[in-house]
Amino acid sequence: MSSQTPQDFTPVSGGPTDVAPLGRTGQKPAHERTAEEEAGTVKWEEIAEAPEFKALLASKAAFIIPATIFFLVYYFALPVLVGWFPELMKKKVGSVNVAYLFAFSQFFMAWIVAAIYVRKAAGWDKSAAALLTKLPRK
Amino acid sequence: MISMLAELQAITGDKPHANPAAIAMFVGFVAATLIITYFSARKSTGSSAYFAAGRRITGWQNGLAVAGDYMSAASFLGIAGMIALSGYDGFLYSVGFLVAYLTVLLLVAEPLRNAGKYTMADVLAYRLSPRPVRALASLSTIVVSTFYMIAQMVGAGGLVVVLLPGISYHVAVVCVGILMIVYVVFGGMLATTWVQIIKAVLLMSGSVFLSVLVMSKFHFSLNEFFTSLSKITFHKGAEVVTADFLTPGMKFTKPLDFISLSLALVFGTAGLPHILIRFYTVPDAKTARASVVWAMVLIGVFYIMTTFFGFGAASVLGPDFIAKNGGGNMAAPQLAKALGGDIFFAFISAVAFATILAVVAGLTISASTSFAHDFFTNVIHHGKEQKPGEEVRVARITAIVVGAVSIGLAIALGPSANVAFLVGLAFAVAASANLPVIVFSIFWKRFNTTGAVSGLIAGLFSSIGIILISPTIMKIDAPTVAASARHLIQANAIFPLENPGIVSIPLGFLAAWIGTMLTREASAEAKFAELTVRANTGLGAEKATSH
Repeated sequence: MSSQTPQDFTPVSGGPTDVAPLGRTGQKPAHERTAEEEAGTVKWEEIAEAPEFKALLASKAAFIIPATIFFLVYYFALPVLVGWFPELMKKKVGSVNVAYLFAFSQFFMAWIVAAIYVRKAAGWDKSAAALLTKLPRK
Repeated sequence: MISMLAELQAITGDKPHANPAAIAMFVGFVAATLIITYFSARKSTGSSAYFAAGRRITGWQNGLAVAGDYMSAASFLGIAGMIALSGYDGFLYSVGFLVAYLTVLLLVAEPLRNAGKYTMADVLAYRLSPRPVRALASLSTIVVSTFYMIAQMVGAGGLVVVLLPGISYHVAVVCVGILMIVYVVFGGMLATTWVQIIKAVLLMSGSVFLSVLVMSKFHFSLNEFFTSLSKITFHKGAEVVTADFLTPGMKFTKPLDFISLSLALVFGTAGLPHILIRFYTVPDAKTARASVVWAMVLIGVFYIMTTFFGFGAASVLGPDFIAKNGGGNMAAPQLAKALGGDIFFAFISAVAFATILAVVAGLTISASTSFAHDFFTNVIHHGKEQKPGEEVRVARITAIVVGAVSIGLAIALGPSANVAFLVGLAFAVAASANLPVIVFSIFWKRFNTTGAVSGLIAGLFSSIGIILISPTIMKIDAPTVAASARHLIQANAIFPLENPGIVSIPLGFLAAWIGTMLTREASAEAKFAELTVRANTGLGAEKATSH
């Protein structure tokens, strides 16, 4: 069972199907509302304009954009170096060489970037939950 | 394959006989997965349960399943073989397969989970005109899944023939096809998930065991292990060559070739539909994130271990022995046989078989989910089911059709068909068609339907078009090459590189951008605020079903 965000009014869907059958009269159950119909219950634009939400997006962008550029540059340095600087890459370091060590370091680069992302994301989860508690509603 | 078998007989001096341990392990795995399917079938009622396992898979379970869905036979057998025969250049694949997950983690997984329901197209259709976008996204999903599946099926057929002599290629392909149809039709996403989890555990334990055996051969000294790689002697045609297997350049002579492949790997993974739909099986975006991290740990450890069993095969068996005993794809099983005897050979073979089954089941469910949910329900019936349970029924029928078509194509192509490029092509289509529109629809307010349609079309057709004029299809073969292994077009290639990524990925992004700039779509821009709030807060995201 999922933990619901505080005051999240989106109901848990539990029906055998969550696609609306044809021919039913009366109101749709809440979990069957499409995004368009839900626009009536949540003031999406107001949340989007809220300073807390803008701060959340800015904080995400401030990490995700440089982190993406960094990992792409680090990764593509490998084929570039292997392709155009073979002499440097052949250089022996102990029983291995620069090429192997640099390739091996990519694994740790990926894990480290992922670990930092997870730590940052835990903070974003908290900000998101906090801003949902003072959600503007109709 | 036949000639390979004959060679194998000639070398071992006896008729190949089925290894009883191998048969027992194959049967054991199949029985275990069928029991899982039986229990899953009782739970798989309703769309959310059938397509998304009720969204109740936990983080570590989904991490294992993502790893199980991703590490195909191409990874396990193919990379081991490539390292064993081409040294360092093969290891470059290992690196790309892991780093690709940073694109998934940083850019795609969480927004997708928050804003979608069952398929990749859900996110695209969110702000855009749903019918054209879903129709094309569904086409792209089915194309990617089918390419990938045919490569796996042909590989599976060939593998079973070598591992279980006495079973023909046709029988092997039909058995694999029927098993994957049974998992998907009866067990849905839940059974598929558990097949993938078991496979991931088997694959990881097999690889650890194999790596330890290799290292025991070198007295657990990394120094001794790497030193042994610096002078490996083998035959290249008639001449005897001694090479340092850690030196780059044994396979890739054109640097751009590897850059093109790297682009397809790093951007393709985040556009592979069978990986993306796994994020709908967890309760929320936070769990989706946790599952990517779990998958990254497993996938990373696995690909680091390719050092031991890939280079180990080169050092322990030698490239000459591998070339004569089933070729690169058999390097890992042959290494297991040399180090651990028949029982371990049987175990590694069963692992390879499990690997293929789990991947084809994942591909089948992604193709059938997309057809049923995107094309049938949303394009044909405007998002309404005509009868309760219709969407699931259509998905089941599609799974049978997809399975039958794959069996037919794999048999028509035959065991020695040159199909390895299909996996590279699947990654290229995913990177060129799917990723640009996913990223733009999540992050770019101005993005619109025209942009999505032109991006999908340009990405899909440029990848396929370029590969048709590349050396994977166009090449003049020596007269000695067998007819079935020949390149389809006997002429000099027009496009010089093996993988179309370096041209088709920028084309996909460019077409999506140009298409967007040509028109304005007020409704798409108006809904951007809503999509952003949903994607970043999880408000209104699909919930797990209660028991």
